[in-house]
Amino acid sequence: MPSPTPNRDTILSIRGVGKTYAGGFQALKNIHLDIQRGEIFALLGPNGAGKTTLISTVCGLTTPTEGHITADGHDVVRDYRRARGLIGLVPQELHTDAFETVWATVNFSRGLFGKAPNPALIEQILKDLSLWDKKDNKIMTLSGGMKRRVLIAKALSHEPKILFLDEPSAGVDVELRHDMWRLVRQLRDAGTTIILTTHYIEEAEDMADRIGVIRKGELIVVEDKAVLMRQLGRKELALSLQQPLAAVPDALASWPLALSADGLTLTYTFDTCNEDTGIAELLAALQSQGIGYKDLRTSESSLEDIFVSLVHEQKAEA
Amino acid sequence: MGLNFHAVRAIYRFEMNRAFRTWAQSIIAPVLTTSLYFIVFGSAIGSRMGDIGGVDYGAYIIPGLLMLSLLSESISNASFGIYMPKWSGTIYELLSAPVNWVEVLLGYVGAAASKSLLLGTLILLTARAFVPYSIAHPVWMVGFLLLTVVSFCLFGFIIGLWADSFQKLQVVPLLVITPLTFLGGAFYSINMLPEPWQTVSLFNPVVYLISGLRWAFYGQADVHIAVSTGMTLVFMSACLGVVWWVFKTGHRIRR
Repeated sequence: MPSPTPNRDTILSIRGVGKTYAGGFQALKNIHLDIQRGEIFALLGPNGAGKTTLISTVCGLTTPTEGHITADGHDVVRDYRRARGLIGLVPQELHTDAFETVWATVNFSRGLFGKAPNPALIEQILKDLSLWDKKDNKIMTLSGGMKRRVLIAKALSHEPKILFLDEPSAGVDVELRHDMWRLVRQLRDAGTTIILTTHYIEEAEDMADRIGVIRKGELIVVEDKAVLMRQLGRKELALSLQQPLAAVPDALASWPLALSADGLTLTYTFDTCNEDTGIAELLAALQSQGIGYKDLRTSESSLEDIFVSLVHEQKAEA
Repeated sequence: MGLNFHAVRAIYRFEMNRAFRTWAQSIIAPVLTTSLYFIVFGSAIGSRMGDIGGVDYGAYIIPGLLMLSLLSESISNASFGIYMPKWSGTIYELLSAPVNWVEVLLGYVGAAASKSLLLGTLILLTARAFVPYSIAHPVWMVGFLLLTVVSFCLFGFIIGLWADSFQKLQVVPLLVITPLTFLGGAFYSINMLPEPWQTVSLFNPVVYLISGLRWAFYGQADVHIAVSTGMTLVFMSACLGVVWWVFKTGHRIRR
């Protein structure tokens, strides 16, 4: 999915990036991606697809073997100081300084990124993350969820324009997760661009403006979430029959129908993009066949269904 | 862009806090260990040993013992400082920060060298309680100590980058540095050795360090002070070159 040149609203531009490890394993293949200023971009993909490698490459943890990346116009290799100063990273693993206090480690991060001490800002960040009462606690005494918040506080301490959240919800309970996503929305509203990976697809569905799907190091889809769901989403019409059927009648064989094992539910799958869904014609055909129904209901595919279907299609093509 | 001063200060303070948080292990233990040498070899046995080159034996071994402690502590402090983030995974933050290799060195090696110099001062003050000594060239002594601890902190930093286990961190200080220091004239002048051991000793780099420091204390040395200083400068330059190469290539730190 190459895009020729980044436009002025692009804050992160990834051009032809590839990563091949010394052993020959190709973790990223010719990735082209533009992240728009102020958006929430969700990067989805199965385990080992290359999500973390892509994030690591942008953040300087991994050196790309081809291509180049710019953050707000600054090349992440040649002009790494300016580029890295714009980026905050919350890693997937809970890497923390176990013996340090929350206050010390967050202030350390701000200094490391070249910013002068700002106790008022750090206090606000810790309060936003419900960490203020833990500020003097050693990190080793905190729960997994609290450690995750500390990592977010560290990443926010230098006021990044671009924030990477690599599986931020992993190991976090429901309440903390909701707090976290509320903070993510606040950050986006304040102008921070957010790129997240998650296994909770409903979160991507709920939060993201755009979705990217990566598989075996290749970016197979990048699309506006609403467009993706409209284009690839499918609806189902389930009809509860008055009398069980032994099989779908031959006269209805041209319709994409599935009959449940008990013969009492007939399911019709249709494309949401088509102007004519074919429902009216189907109902008429059922009536002409003397098949009565007592109830009908429709359901729409979730992002998870779309994701599974995309990855499955790619597997089949491979 | 100029020096990332805030980053250097952040790393330096972080490392110094670590030392003071573990003060018993980082500061008291090496001072006590070295003091025991002063008590046993200086006060108890030293009085029966006579003098070497006109210097009382208890006072003669002070530069060697000081060097023994500073070399192992400099390596240990600096190697541990950079190995811990590698071990715990927090090095991701250092690698993704807008810092260059010089700033990283100023922070980590600067803190490790500060700790070593603090330790050296405490050891010298403690030695005063057990053994009378004088310092002929105090300015030179401070300069030579600074050069030595910075060089060995750089060396320790390289070991920390290279090591992938706690055992490897300990291998060089325990199996290389300590024997070289004991055999490098810490307790004797190499001029007292018969040939060929006198010549063999000249291949021991620690001989030049102890000799240089002893000259600063008592104005006498096994090898010329210019040679000692030159050897230490060469060693420091080699270490700087290795660190520069590691950060340039990302060897063992970047994937």
